[in-house]
Amino acid sequence: MYSELSPSQDRWFRFRMDWKRRRYRARAIAKARELSCVKRARWGREAILLFCTIRNERDRIDWFLKHYRDLGVDHFLFVDNGSDDGTLDTLLAQPDASVWNTPASYRASRFGLDWLNWLMLRHARGHWCVVADADELLIYPHWQTRPLRALTDWLDAQGQPILPAMMLELYPKGPLHTAHVPPGTDPLTALQWFDPGNYTIARKPLLDCLLIQGGPRARAFFADQPNRAPTLTKLPLVKWDMHNTWVNSTHSILPRHLNAVYARGAGERISGALLHTKFLPQIVDRAPMEKARAEHFGNAPVFDAYYDAVAQSPDLWCAQSARFTGWEQLEELGLISRGGWA
Amino acid sequence: MNTATPSLGVVMLCHTALDRAAQVARFWLKAGCAVALHIDSAVPQAQVTALQAELGAHPLLRMAPRLRCDWGSWNIVAASQSGAELLLREFDSIGHVLLCSGSCLPLRPAADLVTHLNANEGTDFIESVAVDHADWITGGLSRERFTLYFPFSWRKQRWLFDRAVDLQRRFHISREIPRPLEPHMGSQWWCLSRATLDAILTHPKRKRFERYFKGCWIPDESYFQTLVRLHGRRIESHSLTLVKFDRNGRPNLFYDDHLQLLRRSDCYLARKIWPQADKLYQFFLTDQARKMPPVPPEPAKIDRYFELAERQRTEGRAGLYMQSRFPPDDSGQAVTAGPYSVFSGFDQLFRNFDYWLGQVTGNRAHGHLYAPERANFHGGAEVWHGAISNSAALRDYNPRMFLTNLIWATRGERQCFSITARDHVPPDLMWFMAKDSNAQISLVSGCFLLPLFRGEYKPDDVLAHVAWLQKREQHMLSVLQSRWVRADVRVWTLAEFLNAPESNLQSVAAKIAPDASIASQGLPNMQSLDGLEDFLRALRNKGLPPVLLRDFEGRTGVR
Repeated sequence: MYSELSPSQDRWFRFRMDWKRRRYRARAIAKARELSCVKRARWGREAILLFCTIRNERDRIDWFLKHYRDLGVDHFLFVDNGSDDGTLDTLLAQPDASVWNTPASYRASRFGLDWLNWLMLRHARGHWCVVADADELLIYPHWQTRPLRALTDWLDAQGQPILPAMMLELYPKGPLHTAHVPPGTDPLTALQWFDPGNYTIARKPLLDCLLIQGGPRARAFFADQPNRAPTLTKLPLVKWDMHNTWVNSTHSILPRHLNAVYARGAGERISGALLHTKFLPQIVDRAPMEKARAEHFGNAPVFDAYYDAVAQSPDLWCAQSARFTGWEQLEELGLISRGGWA
Repeated sequence: MNTATPSLGVVMLCHTALDRAAQVARFWLKAGCAVALHIDSAVPQAQVTALQAELGAHPLLRMAPRLRCDWGSWNIVAASQSGAELLLREFDSIGHVLLCSGSCLPLRPAADLVTHLNANEGTDFIESVAVDHADWITGGLSRERFTLYFPFSWRKQRWLFDRAVDLQRRFHISREIPRPLEPHMGSQWWCLSRATLDAILTHPKRKRFERYFKGCWIPDESYFQTLVRLHGRRIESHSLTLVKFDRNGRPNLFYDDHLQLLRRSDCYLARKIWPQADKLYQFFLTDQARKMPPVPPEPAKIDRYFELAERQRTEGRAGLYMQSRFPPDDSGQAVTAGPYSVFSGFDQLFRNFDYWLGQVTGNRAHGHLYAPERANFHGGAEVWHGAISNSAALRDYNPRMFLTNLIWATRGERQCFSITARDHVPPDLMWFMAKDSNAQISLVSGCFLLPLFRGEYKPDDVLAHVAWLQKREQHMLSVLQSRWVRADVRVWTLAEFLNAPESNLQSVAAKIAPDASIASQGLPNMQSLDGLEDFLRALRNKGLPPVLLRDFEGRTGVR
């Protein structure tokens, strides 16, 4: 699907990206003053941390905390971006969460990345970290029987500091607003369906990362401009080093070599999935607001049609949608792999 | 068993997860076995004290002198020796000594093991393979482990280690193996009889042997394994401890979800257990295992499970492109997941060719998947398996992955589709299919003219359009006739094909379904070619290069 770069070009790209990394780190340090600490708790040296930027996720937060606590996350670090629906109070009530607050622009902080880069530079060094949004639930091979600690121990033994987990977008059968999920319950009871095999992958040589696109949003909303379809590559679990920097959401990271999480020769490496529970019924009402806020995309007007389509409460289900049954199914479909972690 | 007269002694080498080690030690003590605990000297004293406090003073428990046991170092052997000596000295009744680590877990009640050992008095259970025949060694060194010098650590000074080995090979440096030793290797976890251990530990040349083995690489896998051949009377060359190694030579960890697998093991212990696998420890260290109905041992099942995982890691699933498997073009792997058939020209020559093909071969044949308007899936479906959309834009965004996704999503069902010069088949996709040994490509050249001839559509500038189509078909042909082709390619000109359409179709269909017979379905309905000569003559007279008309020679008589 691609050819390897020549050594000189590889060196040149590495050099360029190294300076990009420095620039982004400087930027993150400069943005540190936008954050004010609301609550700071303590965590141990070996703790698995979770970093999350959040805004108005009252309905999702309880299940989010439960999911990651069950996986074995020891401490949560939240950046609350001006929630006004009580999310902040919920966060402050958690014994295992530290909370920072900022009223500044999400978009101007590169979609929250500058804040996360700063917090991780400050607090995450040497820790295994999960970085996920409130609507993303991480799963990986054997996740029900082996906690995150087992996975990170194994990754440490393999010398692999990062776990890829592509976003798997879940949707209900029927118009979006008809799915009913009481707050604090498992969103997967209503969002049971996903696209099993229409994902396209391209390798981006500059960052040496994979660009995965496709899924229901590409199929339903971006069928005429597929290049605009959301990126599904994610690297949500990483052993943080002081030199690391997020580039573009958690789709790609610097230094450059960390992005090479895929087997280049034969074989498969380990990967998981981020179950994306974006399409809960609330999205239909939120779409016009998000369209007006224009905080989520760099070139926001291009995505107006997308928000309009979501506001119409479309039915994303199609005859070839698959019902989610577990990680074994995803592995069988070739979406994730145990990569030798038997 | 009487606690005063243990018949089994257990030497445990521990360096991490001491709480688990203590749990296992208690399991052995409770069953009346003597235990010698060796704790790595790198473990902080506070932890050791805590462990001793937890275990308390037990008449059958002994603490062996502590040594620093690095991976593959001589001290592992020394620790095993001192532990075994301690047990043999203190308990006269011991018949066997078992060596295990702190992360080994007994898979069966201790009484079963004791009974088994009592029934095999004097037998040594140790994997001991003549080094010249051991094919499972990873790392490249087999006999050289015994004949070279290893002044550098393999783990910490890899570069120096490799250079030292290279140098010695180059200058044919070789240590002498003390007679009468015959190098043997095997799993480092054993269970030896008192007589054999006594013989090894009191041998007059013990000092000489030790000096020799201290210079070998990974002596813990060879010291006892070699010496047992000198003294052992009955050797059962099969370790009682189950260890599964991955390709890097590290033992695979066992987790809670391996419980059912481990129950089917025929071994008495398993290594290595993830320290937090509560369910495993809970199940095997209490009498829970007894309460469950016993399962017949199926060690092959465990082997298969780990072999499959290892193969997935090293070879992967052919034709799969995903986030953690993305081989480059020249990886030498199969690039698609299964065989598929591509037709060009047939549907322009025959009416309802895809329907006919489906009837003959029993497959669902697609139309033109790369048509400019949309992907024409079988039956006009809007999405196909894998939720692949028929949108032309989505398909053209990554035409290759459109194909590989389709083949992957329909594993087990052969995909058949048509292409033509007019379709959006970019050159790299054409090359991709031509170099793919899973592809069967059948092409009748010149057929792209037929829709024009029948007037199915009328381009503004016929001549330019025909020239464009011809150029594209020429490119397809040049790819299909290049020397890099690995696909199964058949190319006919229209005239050649029409000489024997039935046998040509039969040969194509037979490759899709070997027992397909076109006799039962009859030939597909051929479209009329009457008047083609006039059409071609008109084109030529308008100024079309005559090279194109070559394909029709013979059939139409155009000159």
